[in-house]
Amino acid sequence: MKFAVIVFPGSNCDADCFHVVKEVMGQEADYVWHQDQTFKAQYDCIVLPGGFSYGDYLRTGSIAKFSPIMIEVIKFATQGGLVLGICNGFQILTEAGLLPGALVRNKDLKFVCKDTFLKVENNETPFTLDYTQGQVIQVPVAHGEGAYVCDEATLEKLKANKQIVFRYSTSGGETSPECNFNGSSDNIAGIINEKGNVLGMMPHPERCAETVLGNDLGKHVFTSIVSWLKGGRRNGE
Amino acid sequence: MESKTDNKPWVELGLTDYEYEMIKGILSREPNYVELGMFSVMWSEHCSYKNSRPVLKTFPTKGAQVLQGPGENAGVIDIGDGLAVAFKVESHNHPSAIEPYQGAATGVGGIIRDVFTMGARPIALLNSLRFGSLSSARSRYLFNGVVSGIAGYGNCIGIPTVGGEVYFHPSYEGNPIVNAMCVGILEHKDLAKGVASGVGNPVMVVGAKTGRDGICGASFASEELNEASEEKRPAVQVGDPFMEKLLMEACLELIKTGYVVGMQDMGAAGLTSSSCEMASKGDTGIEMDVALIPRREKGMNPYEIMLSESQERMLVVPMKGKEDQVKSIFKKWGLDAVVVGIVTDDGILRIKEGEKVVAEIPAKALTEMCPVFEREAKMPEQLAEIQKCNLGELPEPTNYQKTFLDLLARPTIASKEWVYEQYDYMVGINTVVRPGADAAVVRVKGTKKGIALTIDCNSRYVYLNPYVGGKIAVSEAARNLVCTGAKPLGVTDCINFGNPEKPEIFWQFKEAARGIGEACRALNTPVTGGNVSFYNETKGEAVFPTPTVGMVGLIDDIEKVCTLSFKNQDDLIYLLGENRDELGGSEFLVMYHGLEAGMPPDLDLEKETSLQECTLKLIKEDLINSAHDCSEGGLSVALAECCLAGGMGAQIRLEESTLRPSSLLFGETQSRIIISVSRENADKVKAMAQSHSLPITKLGVAQGKSLVINGNSFTINLTLNEIEARYKGAIPCLMKG
Amino acid sequence: MYKALVYVTLKPSILDPQGTAVKKGLESLGFSDVMDVRVGKYLEVSLEAEDKQEALTQVEEMCKKLLSNPVIEDYCFELVEG
Repeated sequence: MKFAVIVFPGSNCDADCFHVVKEVMGQEADYVWHQDQTFKAQYDCIVLPGGFSYGDYLRTGSIAKFSPIMIEVIKFATQGGLVLGICNGFQILTEAGLLPGALVRNKDLKFVCKDTFLKVENNETPFTLDYTQGQVIQVPVAHGEGAYVCDEATLEKLKANKQIVFRYSTSGGETSPECNFNGSSDNIAGIINEKGNVLGMMPHPERCAETVLGNDLGKHVFTSIVSWLKGGRRNGE
Repeated sequence: MESKTDNKPWVELGLTDYEYEMIKGILSREPNYVELGMFSVMWSEHCSYKNSRPVLKTFPTKGAQVLQGPGENAGVIDIGDGLAVAFKVESHNHPSAIEPYQGAATGVGGIIRDVFTMGARPIALLNSLRFGSLSSARSRYLFNGVVSGIAGYGNCIGIPTVGGEVYFHPSYEGNPIVNAMCVGILEHKDLAKGVASGVGNPVMVVGAKTGRDGICGASFASEELNEASEEKRPAVQVGDPFMEKLLMEACLELIKTGYVVGMQDMGAAGLTSSSCEMASKGDTGIEMDVALIPRREKGMNPYEIMLSESQERMLVVPMKGKEDQVKSIFKKWGLDAVVVGIVTDDGILRIKEGEKVVAEIPAKALTEMCPVFEREAKMPEQLAEIQKCNLGELPEPTNYQKTFLDLLARPTIASKEWVYEQYDYMVGINTVVRPGADAAVVRVKGTKKGIALTIDCNSRYVYLNPYVGGKIAVSEAARNLVCTGAKPLGVTDCINFGNPEKPEIFWQFKEAARGIGEACRALNTPVTGGNVSFYNETKGEAVFPTPTVGMVGLIDDIEKVCTLSFKNQDDLIYLLGENRDELGGSEFLVMYHGLEAGMPPDLDLEKETSLQECTLKLIKEDLINSAHDCSEGGLSVALAECCLAGGMGAQIRLEESTLRPSSLLFGETQSRIIISVSRENADKVKAMAQSHSLPITKLGVAQGKSLVINGNSFTINLTLNEIEARYKGAIPCLMKG
Repeated sequence: MYKALVYVTLKPSILDPQGTAVKKGLESLGFSDVMDVRVGKYLEVSLEAEDKQEALTQVEEMCKKLLSNPVIEDYCFELVEG
């Protein structure tokens, strides 16, 4: 399988995602520069990594969405290709309109870096099929603007379509308000688009994909992608 | 050229009449205003070390592992396999006192540039911070601003802030200490230096455009703070971490091409310091035209351009003929790269504006001919009295359990989670041991190795006895590394003291340096560089003498990394080292008795060395399951930290009857490490300790969810939840104001 | 030459923790009559345009495309000459 990791000026988790795909998963990976007009190879999955693209100036992800490569990314997504946006990548996906809603400042106004527990709310996506439904995983977050917001109608739609993929929870899997440290609507940590091929999540699965770092439960986001691609499944089939 | 000699302009720029006469002698004429400005920044303490050079020379700087000692942007030590670590610490105290967010942020930006200038990719940041009491609104404002500034810069550029220390003491009320340390990894072949060699090679300015920010910041850093300092806000620069991220990627890409002859960060004193230092080190001259320098503001004159401290800029000397390759790399990252001059053979730094020469100074006059002072040193009069304070007859606490909990909630001891949760300490996915441990550990991808990092100093010890305090700062740093299983390799130090023109302050400095040097020799951790920050005073009152020690160590096999947490039910807990009746300088003494007096704990370097050797062997041979240094708050606090780190309680019995319970529980005797051991390894561990002539005492057993400490006349019995609430709740509670 | 003074504000439905923090700060300074604070952004955009109408159209476009995010923000602007 071949992954593309998009590099925007200010991306800083690009090398981390690349490392996990290549060294941990043993898959092929290329860095793709944001100024590129086209993809120079055929990719199976595109990763928009975390970081501070364009310094997060104006709004997170707001300038990155106008990078030339984003036209290709949007085309790829529209054709059903798998796109994973992590942290700043999630912010870019919402700004670009590939995912609904927006990410705003954490409720206590501070950057937060820590381990959180996530409940897998939908394991029938290409990104989560190696998890069990309702499984609780420990995954770190590191963001200052990660509170997911959307209007009521959108939220209802997300719920109805099972588009909420990860929620902040307790270690026991309770999605209580106390574990909603950043003030997201409905404890939302990650959502998928309606077609089920574009996932955005604030937590960093690439940071917990190796035992030497204390926890490798995040790896299954990547193994899921590979399993799904190997199965040759496309959404709706 | 015009010469402004009326009203002694040099005095306004911080030069003395004596220095002015020297400058006239060097130039054989009156300097013009641009030249005077250049001399004033280069001859400031911040750039010239004129008050500290003779003392710094006493540090050991050599060792088989040292690839680059003091004098470059950062020190470099070998870690084998063709790899090396570049590291350095720097202060940004005065800018942070004036504008905490930007002051701290640009401090981080500066130290990162120092490291990637050497050709190293930065992989970790640490910091050592000191503020006044959190009961003061101003201290809270400074603390909050500094932490946000460090977070704002480090998080954005994507270098994890993995460790550090924070102390609170009234002496820092008006003058906080903000020391930032950066660590990078490089291949030996990519080692770059700040040298302008090769006559005819171009000189290029790369990175951000030059504005009027921070003019005379270096001189500002070399003055005491007073009420007028608030007015000096223009001296504070604004950092742009996004720009620096681009600059870092471009510079690292450039170094890989092999076209770089020399490269130097434009830090304090901007273009002036970078150009004269590069020429001076290369035994060359540089001629450049300020009209060619990309500017952000209109109407800047040569004086302003030469002294601007705009951030995120570098001076690069590439090979002649490679200018276009350099430009195209920087263009890719959206940055300026402009040829502004040329390397010459006459040793002169010649600054032109178009055709007109606006300054002409021998490069070495700026870097090497600054007058050096051997200041008078005198022990402070009242210190002997303070040291002699009789601590033997102080009453014992009435409730040890309450005292223990109160100690855990002292901001200096309490958990710094509130701080480090604001830092991205994981980006880069190398952080194996996170903040809150003895030392941070980052792995080196592509190898089995790990790098352990720490920065330490207990300034109260240094205040009470600078010589012993200096020894302790180094020893504790090394001990912290050893607790993770790392062999200490080298030191970077940041001297934060008061006004060195005062004999008492200079004495503190000299004595602390003697202690640091001695400990570095004994532990084989040469000093590879650092920074001196004097004049840390407000209204004539100096901060506690604070020589922070940053240290780097190597772990051969990252799988064997050791942490502080008790891990297994029923493991035996031992103390390596001995408990002594030493309450002097302890946090307990100041909290319970309101005393900052007595002698600090003693430090025997021989005992320290055997303790560290023994612990390293125990970890290498997989004989112990945890190791934790006893520091502020003593044995009881250290035990609590071991418990909280792993959520595993302990049953402790302290048998020693010869010591007062307060000394036993809260005394800060050095050279002690708490270890936990599987029962089947107990005999081997004891034998290993004995073979190092090291006292070893059984303390108890790891078990349950409570910490119980029993002695002959005291009992502490608390659940981990109760302990955690105080330990983790203290700082957030105080910050709510 | 025109200068657009652009104000970007959070939609009323979006929680504004920054505004809440400022309100608390004002209260602690004794401004007890403060009912609400909302924090927004102010941008100055200098541009060349044929006439005022063209400038208006351009700035409108800028606001929609980049300067604000319609999911969470509203905008308004004034246009001044010179």
